[in-house]
Amino acid sequence: MNPRPTRIAPSEITPPEVYFSRRTLLAAALASAASGCVRAADGEPAGAPLAYERNARYSVSEKPNTYDEITTYNNFYEFGTDKESPSEYARMMRTRPWSVTVAGEAEVSGRFDLEDLLKGQPLEERIYRFRCVEAWSLVVPWVGFPLGKVLARFKPTSRAKYVELTTLYAPQQMPGQRADVLNWPYVEGLRIDEAMHPLTLMVVGLYGRTLPNQDGAPLRLIVPWKYGFKSIKSIVQIRFTEREPRTAWNVAAPHEYGFYANVNPAVDHPRWSQATERRLGSPFLAARRPTLPFNGYAAEVASLYQGMDLRRYF
Amino acid sequence: MPFLWWTCAAFGLFGLSLGADPVKKLEHECGKTALNLLMITLSVTPVRSLTGLPQLLRLRRMLGLFAFFYAVVHFTIYLVLDLELNFRMLGADIAKRPYITIGFTALVLLLPLALTSTNGMMRRLGARWRRLHRLIYPIAALALWHFYWQVKRDVREPLLYLGILALLLGYRLLRWQRLPAEAHPRAAAPGALTSRSGSATAPGRT
Repeated sequence: MNPRPTRIAPSEITPPEVYFSRRTLLAAALASAASGCVRAADGEPAGAPLAYERNARYSVSEKPNTYDEITTYNNFYEFGTDKESPSEYARMMRTRPWSVTVAGEAEVSGRFDLEDLLKGQPLEERIYRFRCVEAWSLVVPWVGFPLGKVLARFKPTSRAKYVELTTLYAPQQMPGQRADVLNWPYVEGLRIDEAMHPLTLMVVGLYGRTLPNQDGAPLRLIVPWKYGFKSIKSIVQIRFTEREPRTAWNVAAPHEYGFYANVNPAVDHPRWSQATERRLGSPFLAARRPTLPFNGYAAEVASLYQGMDLRRYF
Repeated sequence: MPFLWWTCAAFGLFGLSLGADPVKKLEHECGKTALNLLMITLSVTPVRSLTGLPQLLRLRRMLGLFAFFYAVVHFTIYLVLDLELNFRMLGADIAKRPYITIGFTALVLLLPLALTSTNGMMRRLGARWRRLHRLIYPIAALALWHFYWQVKRDVREPLLYLGILALLLGYRLLRWQRLPAEAHPRAAAPGALTSRSGSATAPGRT
């Protein structure tokens, strides 16, 4: 036995603020246990404040989920495949400087700094439903601008039938990309009319502040009537194509994830039902609710798919 | 122990938390614990003979019953907290969703094993008890299949379990084949040798 006390590295000493905050945490935990509260206290939104206006027309009246729920329960496989990994590791991603490459069937192409893309683009807040293909859902106050507005600036040609979007590929910053879980980089795409639809949102913020990395900073897509995996995060490339883009989940499991991926309670995932969903953050035993066709946006978007067999084009 | 930990987390005690979807978290953790305990139960026999510690056998029943307990809790969470007691959905899930059919089958098969785990039942059933409890091999395979099939894309973890199960079952297969029948009475009963799980996973060992 070594009689000397083990040397404690300075890094191992708990800083006083942490030590004392533990006491407060413990007290808070006890207090919340006493009051029967089972939910953790909400985190304060991080990020820089944004100037925006609320778009009431495109906002649902349901109560948004907490910032904590939206930022600690993420599918962002670039940072790991469980829900908590993105909030743990996404800080490794550098989001400044950030540029987006525009390519393909458009008159204007090249590499654009994010600041240039955002210049003169008024931001709006929209409270959207978010439905994951795994049958859970959220309500989220996003801040962004219609994708169509920025696409129009690149003057797509008549051959631009689709838009393909690509996520950053940087295994050094995105540890999940070191495993072949998906074909990296992540690619998503929309038909051009879907991309130009006023509901399709290019998002830069959440709860009035710039996006946290785990939610797809600095620039992500939100297509509220489609399953969440269509809403690609941390976009570095926009390409206009004549052919349907080969999208990541569709390539990985074509019989389970289609190109369209419209929310549809009548078409089940091969392994689970899509008829209902669980709204996160709901009261005890009241989370499950019916899933709505096109996630409740049928009045706005159903006409895009007129005459299409939605069982075949799932 | 896991149970105590989750209870604390569910009530936000000691800074623990179950995250934004506590129901799924509990459901998955209980299922995983049941699977872990199944694997540990299956490792008692190999570890016992490799270490020469016969007293380990006494742990086996307790471990098996704990596996059953967690499987029941896992199912209860799924039915009560996840499906919110919607029995129509339960029926549809068991009938239409293969991974749920498989998981449910494993649970149902565990029931007779748990019920016959008393000393009295062991005495009464005699040799039939041993045969009945060989059900644990297909049950473990079904439980693992259930886990594998519900994973969306990242199958690394279920594959790790598959490797462990292949080792545990492969060990038995090799031992049964090597030992002459008279030296090892169990080898005379062919039931487990031809069980699908054993033969399917055995090649993975060598």
